[in-house]
Amino acid sequence: MGRRGRRLGLNLVAWGAGLIWIIPFVGILMSALRPQSELIHGWWQFSSFTVSWENFLKAWNHPTAPIGQGIRNSLLVVIPSTLLPLFLGAMAAYAFLRVEVPIRDPLFLLIVLLMAVPQQMVAVPLFRLMRDLGLINHYLGLILVHTAWALPWVILFLRNYFSTLPPEIEEAASLYGASRFQIFLRIILPLSLPGLASAAALQLTWAWNDFFMALILIYDPDKLVATQRIPLLRGQYHIDWGTLTAASILTMGVPILVFALLQRYYIRGLIGWTLR
Amino acid sequence: MRGGRIRRWMRRWGAFLAFTGPALLLIAGLIIRPAVETIALSFTDKRGAFVGLRNFAEVLSDPETFNLTGFPPGPPPWGSLVHNAVWILLHLPLTVGLGLLLAVLLERARGATLIQSIIFLGMVTPMIVGGVIVRFLFDENAGILPALMRAIGLTALGRSWTAYPETALLALILGSVWLWTGFSMILYSARLSTIPRDYYEAAAVDGAGPLQQFWYITLPSLRPVTTVIVAMTILWELKIFDLVYTATLGGPGGATMVLALQMYLYAFQALAFPQAAAVATLLTLLTLIVGLWFVRTMRSAE
Repeated sequence: MGRRGRRLGLNLVAWGAGLIWIIPFVGILMSALRPQSELIHGWWQFSSFTVSWENFLKAWNHPTAPIGQGIRNSLLVVIPSTLLPLFLGAMAAYAFLRVEVPIRDPLFLLIVLLMAVPQQMVAVPLFRLMRDLGLINHYLGLILVHTAWALPWVILFLRNYFSTLPPEIEEAASLYGASRFQIFLRIILPLSLPGLASAAALQLTWAWNDFFMALILIYDPDKLVATQRIPLLRGQYHIDWGTLTAASILTMGVPILVFALLQRYYIRGLIGWTLR
Repeated sequence: MRGGRIRRWMRRWGAFLAFTGPALLLIAGLIIRPAVETIALSFTDKRGAFVGLRNFAEVLSDPETFNLTGFPPGPPPWGSLVHNAVWILLHLPLTVGLGLLLAVLLERARGATLIQSIIFLGMVTPMIVGGVIVRFLFDENAGILPALMRAIGLTALGRSWTAYPETALLALILGSVWLWTGFSMILYSARLSTIPRDYYEAAAVDGAGPLQQFWYITLPSLRPVTTVIVAMTILWELKIFDLVYTATLGGPGGATMVLALQMYLYAFQALAFPQAAAVATLLTLLTLIVGLWFVRTMRSAE
């Protein structure tokens, strides 16, 4: 086998893998886009091909679990659940990097280790706490929980990011009499916009994709977020694949859009804290 | 002199607390405190009396958690703890191996960025939707895989995989490989692109073939990132919940029950809080072992 043959083989395998990986997505897209009558023998039969938006409309306005309302609710939760941990985490990350106090390093280690803890570990006490505070069915409770659980990663990631900024600028600013908070707000944050974009892209996706925290804190049918409505659309005995796949695609839309628009930052966020 | 030092000390603590205070308060109130409460709950009975390790003994001797009577010639259920272990045993080598293979292939293939984005799409997909897709993929009528099995004559695999204990767990694990491989692929790709080209050139001049180059240059450079991938992947496998929730809800007959889902069903359906707390504590113990191993390995590497 010559060099060209090897090259061809390599490309074939790579494209084959791409094909295998995209088939399930094509499957749900076909199931959502085409009328049921065309799918009896499988979505991979293309003897007739009609595009219809009916399934998407049915999912969007579903009588018991409308996805349209779910997407609106998810947006209401996800935007503050991204901004709040970003700001609080950036502040904490800056102090963990620049302010030396004796307990700093063990505290930092403890926070990093919290990333390993599963959410099930807090479910029951968190439910009781939120019930006592009257925050069940209130987005404020869910937003605070998302914020707390995002903080360990945001602090770890941004501390690493801040450590790549040149310290000379901060030293110069403090010579001119700038306070620590002014330095943080006017120098560190603007210089860190790419890092903040990475953290925002990932946290936005994670908060949007969350299911468990919403499941234990939000019960009011009108307030359920998008991911909570997917299992409700499944049906008990008969699965209406058209509506379910359309709802799935609508729910995936936002994180895919975030990924498509912020791909560079998204991937840097994912690898940035693992490679120096 | 002394007053100055104390003032400096106080200013430093003041700054540290002002900056970290809100974050630490939220972490303490919404992660640490409830986690400690769950530990306490796992040592008490329904009325709050201390019972030592009884809840743990009860949970571990429950066939829902650990049941090897039919393992492995018989089909699941083998218990949630065993299912999580099987998940790790199959999913970890498959995703890490496939991710590395794809990263190496895509370094040289045409249109690599597009293929990479496609494979990474699974990482962006909400796992609750991932569960729908897995169920769809393996459905007797709607799914392409059972149809393919019937077409090649494997009629036993031509039915809904998620509806039978023999195939349900395998279907979910294969589905999770499809969803998660993008993670290891992206991390390996990023690392591969930072290995200096001249290493390979120098090796080629010394007469090293492609396999030797891979063995002596590529693999050693990938060691730190492999630690990250392995740790994050095991944590993901231990915490798996959403995917199972929509695909099978632990069924049929507990054949796909996993620890995280078992905890949820104990707590929020059976209202068996002490048992739920014991399962959660057990799960956290496992994840913390992985976390501590990860932190130690990363520190000694620095």
